[in-house]
Amino acid sequence: MAEVVRRPAMARKTGGRSVSGRLWALPPIAALGVFFLHPLALVVQQSFTPDEGGTSAEPYTELFAAEVFHEALTTTVWIALASTAGCLALGLSLALVIAFVPFPGGKAVSKFIDVFLSFPSFLITLALLFLYGTTGVANGLWTGATGAATGPFDFLTTPWGVVLAEITYFTPFVMRPLLAAFSQLDTAQLDVASSLGARPLRIVRRVILPEALPALAAGGSLVLVMCLNEFGIVLFTGAKGVTTLPMLVYTKAILESDYPSACAVAVVNVLLSVGLYGLYRVVSRRAGA
Amino acid sequence: MLVHSRAARWGVWTVFLLLFLPLFALPLLVIVAASLSRSWSGVLPSGPTGGHYTSAVHGDALTALTTSLITAVAASLLALAAGTWAALAASGAGRRTRRVLDALFMLPVAVPSVVVGLAVLVAFSKPPMLLNGTPSIVIVAHTVLVTAFAYQSVSAALARLDPAYEQAAAGLGARPGYVLWRVTLPLLLPSLTAAAGLCFALSMGELSATMMLYPPDWLPLPVRIFSATDRGSLFTGSAVAVVLMGTTLLVLLAVSRIRTRATFR
Repeated sequence: MAEVVRRPAMARKTGGRSVSGRLWALPPIAALGVFFLHPLALVVQQSFTPDEGGTSAEPYTELFAAEVFHEALTTTVWIALASTAGCLALGLSLALVIAFVPFPGGKAVSKFIDVFLSFPSFLITLALLFLYGTTGVANGLWTGATGAATGPFDFLTTPWGVVLAEITYFTPFVMRPLLAAFSQLDTAQLDVASSLGARPLRIVRRVILPEALPALAAGGSLVLVMCLNEFGIVLFTGAKGVTTLPMLVYTKAILESDYPSACAVAVVNVLLSVGLYGLYRVVSRRAGA
Repeated sequence: MLVHSRAARWGVWTVFLLLFLPLFALPLLVIVAASLSRSWSGVLPSGPTGGHYTSAVHGDALTALTTSLITAVAASLLALAAGTWAALAASGAGRRTRRVLDALFMLPVAVPSVVVGLAVLVAFSKPPMLLNGTPSIVIVAHTVLVTAFAYQSVSAALARLDPAYEQAAAGLGARPGYVLWRVTLPLLLPSLTAAAGLCFALSMGELSATMMLYPPDWLPLPVRIFSATDRGSLFTGSAVAVVLMGTTLLVLLAVSRIRTRATFR
């Protein structure tokens, strides 16, 4: 999903057509303006228009003073950081095995990952309810084995449940660019390093990682943005204790009908993720991945 | 080959399977298993039944399926048209225009879907374009969200396209419109179908923006799954989820068949 457009070495059509080219660009930009940019501008405008009327920064001052906002901001950021770290570690190790310790069925695993990416994220949370819920598989195994009345797994309604679901869902987004980068790696380098006596971990650290670093950075920052914006997983968790920024937007707008505050939260959320996304574009352009 | 000893290789593979299967394969299996059972308290589900599917393809759930299908088809066709147009315009324009188009059309990826939903809701709840309460507001939000992916895959394909064909056609006197219709678009057909499949899958599973603005008489499948699980009917929800996954897979499969034919024509 996140292949980045590779710039052609030079413009495909050169000279003379720039003016008409710019004209042809107008209709799609106009459509984008009506259906996306203008609505976004209205959100910003609404965030400066409190219900009492007039124009003021009141929704923001109220928001920044509210405990729930601070909590949502910290929760969002630490869940996103923890999930991204988990995705990077897991995605890197799984991709290393698929690429460099090949096994029969490795192709099928890559296919499965592609299919996995086309499913919505909230299905993971739904599945985790059966796996780690109070009467789920994991607790069933525990109570069956020890005879205890209840099992030890009770983390689904905590932020850790969200982290687990996000790691599960977003790890393939790290693996795809990594597998693409690994397939371009010259395996002769590995054989040389290995015949010179380097152990596998050293080869990974000194030969593979430097090559894969751009792809890793690109995948990681994309996943970070997607984790910051994730809503379905948090909604399905249904935990009152887990409030993230997107969840706060939903609560304020739909459940409390407080549009100015919802818009103010939305503006903060957009600034956070668009800033990071800009970083992702810069990194991935440099990576050429 | 990174690991040379046989025993170490088997060790690595075992660890791989121990991580991969529980994390990625198990969740999907669990949903399928749950959709076929009456209760699940313990290690294995119990009370095999097909009853959830009977209700998943009747009445409200069937309406939700057609709602989702109509929304996804409409949104992906609109997104494909807009994304392709923008990608073609970007590839024909100068460097600076292309930069601007790239940034503008990729922006919806970075903006949280919930905020896209909120923005569309705020903008289309008042005249002159009063769409709130109609199915079109859902389609508009989905189109905005998936256009970026159509744009991205079509411009990637355009960058890989050999310009010699277009130049040959133009050199033989074909007008730009004719070149586009008879040369460029047919060459792009495989990536256009791939982009359509991607947009369709994304729209079928879209929940965040939809939750912000769906009208009471236009409930797509993800919303139906959420309301079922929110009520506590996890098993009905799982059956509807399997219907969602199955439909998405079937359409993706059909699209990839068209794609193969287009490639080998």
